[in-house]
Amino acid sequence: MTKITLENLAHSYLPNPTKDSDYALKPMTMTWQDGGAYALLGSSGCGKSTLLNIISGLLVPSQGRILFGDRDVTSLPTADRNIAQVFQFPVVYDTMSVRDNLAFPLRNRGMTETEVAQRVAQVAEMIGMADTLDRRARGLTADAKQKISLGRGMVRQDVNAILFDEPLTVIDPHMKWELRTQLKDLHRQFGHTMIYVTHDQTEALTFADQVVVMYDGRVVQAGTPQALFDAPEHTFVGYFIGSPGMNVIDARIEGATAHVAGGQVRLAHGYDAHPGKVQLGIRPEFLRIAAGDEGLPFTIRRIEDVGHHRILRGRVGDTEVNVIVPEGQPIPEGANRVIPDPAHTHVYVDDWRVAPRASERAA
Amino acid sequence: MDKPVNNRAWFLVLPVLLLVAFSAVLPLMTVVNYAVQDTFGNNQFFWAGLEWFQDVIDSDRIRAALGRQILFSAIILAIEIPLGIFIALNMPKKGAWASFCLVLMALPLLIPWNVVGTIWQVFGRVDIGLLGHTLAKLGIDYNYVNDALDAWVTIIVMDVWHWTSLVALLCYAGLQSIPDAYYQAAKIDQASRWKVFRYIELPKMQGVLLIAVLLRFMDSFMIYTEPFVVTGGGPGNATTFLSIDLVKMAVGQFDLGPAAAFSLIYFLVILLISFVFYTVMTKEQETL
Repeated sequence: MTKITLENLAHSYLPNPTKDSDYALKPMTMTWQDGGAYALLGSSGCGKSTLLNIISGLLVPSQGRILFGDRDVTSLPTADRNIAQVFQFPVVYDTMSVRDNLAFPLRNRGMTETEVAQRVAQVAEMIGMADTLDRRARGLTADAKQKISLGRGMVRQDVNAILFDEPLTVIDPHMKWELRTQLKDLHRQFGHTMIYVTHDQTEALTFADQVVVMYDGRVVQAGTPQALFDAPEHTFVGYFIGSPGMNVIDARIEGATAHVAGGQVRLAHGYDAHPGKVQLGIRPEFLRIAAGDEGLPFTIRRIEDVGHHRILRGRVGDTEVNVIVPEGQPIPEGANRVIPDPAHTHVYVDDWRVAPRASERAA
Repeated sequence: MDKPVNNRAWFLVLPVLLLVAFSAVLPLMTVVNYAVQDTFGNNQFFWAGLEWFQDVIDSDRIRAALGRQILFSAIILAIEIPLGIFIALNMPKKGAWASFCLVLMALPLLIPWNVVGTIWQVFGRVDIGLLGHTLAKLGIDYNYVNDALDAWVTIIVMDVWHWTSLVALLCYAGLQSIPDAYYQAAKIDQASRWKVFRYIELPKMQGVLLIAVLLRFMDSFMIYTEPFVVTGGGPGNATTFLSIDLVKMAVGQFDLGPAAAFSLIYFLVILLISFVFYTVMTKEQETL
């Protein structure tokens, strides 16, 4: 168990990277606190797995350093880092029994058979395979094999961190939920630093205290699920977290007023003029549907009733916009406007959130 | 489900049947025919029963050849299988060197048997051969023509040179099919090199190893051309393997009856040992 620090870390799969786009992982500096439960969230190909493999030592970064605590491990091979990693697809040692599979990492560390037996029994209980311990791993279902892989990841108690690379992809939904809970319990019990890679936001939000969102080889935001929901630093975070994601609408901003598609919106603060693409970001939860002249012109295209609320799908100008209407709240007759909540309306320039004008903030 | 039954369709198989009968079944039956008959010439045959088989089984000469043959195959397998695995493990996995190694490894396999024999026959000669002459100059008493051990060593080294590539290439194909994730998981689990081999590489190679063992066993058990070219079965009978003995008997002495019985027994022995290998190795696959 240890704090993991990435210092000015970057990686390219090309031998001589020159352009920014040559890098699978753009230069980053960040710290993973000891005992933290992190979710690494992002779409496919954003560099999540690359980052994970660098931490575990399967990949050597093109530049930068990795520190476990105060120790530089950048050039240390995987085996010497004492780290556990579970991969997306099951890896089991076919010729061994389930028991030997689980015991394998422990025996490699030279633990006594008594300790091994005890630990294996605990983990088998955790993954629900206590009664199949003596079966050969060959011929088990993908589900069961992945549970063994998970078990092998969790079996060592002295690891510096446990890394999960989308481990529940092949597990059926019911078991998924249960295993996620088990992982959470394990974390509470032993306080390992855990990093959980996924592209499923539900998985990320239920597992982690801290969610790290990656986009295009960069960490765009790291924070609590609430912080990511309330104030997305990047339009991608807004879009990726939340269901449906944040609405992003082109706008022109003058002080505390935004001009959008022929309508006007009052903002909570004044903003300086910025060069570049200016957009408003408003979550569907913070848009109110109305009839009249106030707010932004909105045309409803479809209404989806998802039980505890309804989702209005429509357009503001040429932009697709979603509005969430809470249960019990009527949709007014002839609704043709949406009114954003100023407190939850963010301004983005070139996809990054900008702070209000300095004088405003002081006030 | 009712399948349409049309027995006339069997006629379509007839050409193949005739061809196979002409090229394989009839010649084999001729052998069977000779094995149970005797003749005093003039193409007049009479029934001999199992007499020839009894003769073959009782023959000291054939028993000795069988012993040499089994020893030879055992040595060949004991060297070529581990060596082939070792080479496959150390071949580059990708890149230009991988292709280069593949071509290099395939080269010996492309040379006809009698050419391989001739190469080594000349290579080992003490008067003009590079190997033989060099050894002689180094003061090593090497002469495959006079010394039985030297003859054996020469033939074994030649076979290893000729056929280890086959084992290596088969194993290499097996190794290439192992996904990277297995090696990564092994690193994470802090497995030693030996354990990676024992628990990942060896199990994944089992299928191809079975083929390699069977092919190398059958080929080495039937070896004829190379020792015939290099030593002619000598010195004495030291390198007279079963097939050499068989040809001597059938074509040299023209003892068609015993030779026919001999070939049938020879065939059954190969079949039996191959079956044993197959059963043992596939059984191991299930229980491992």
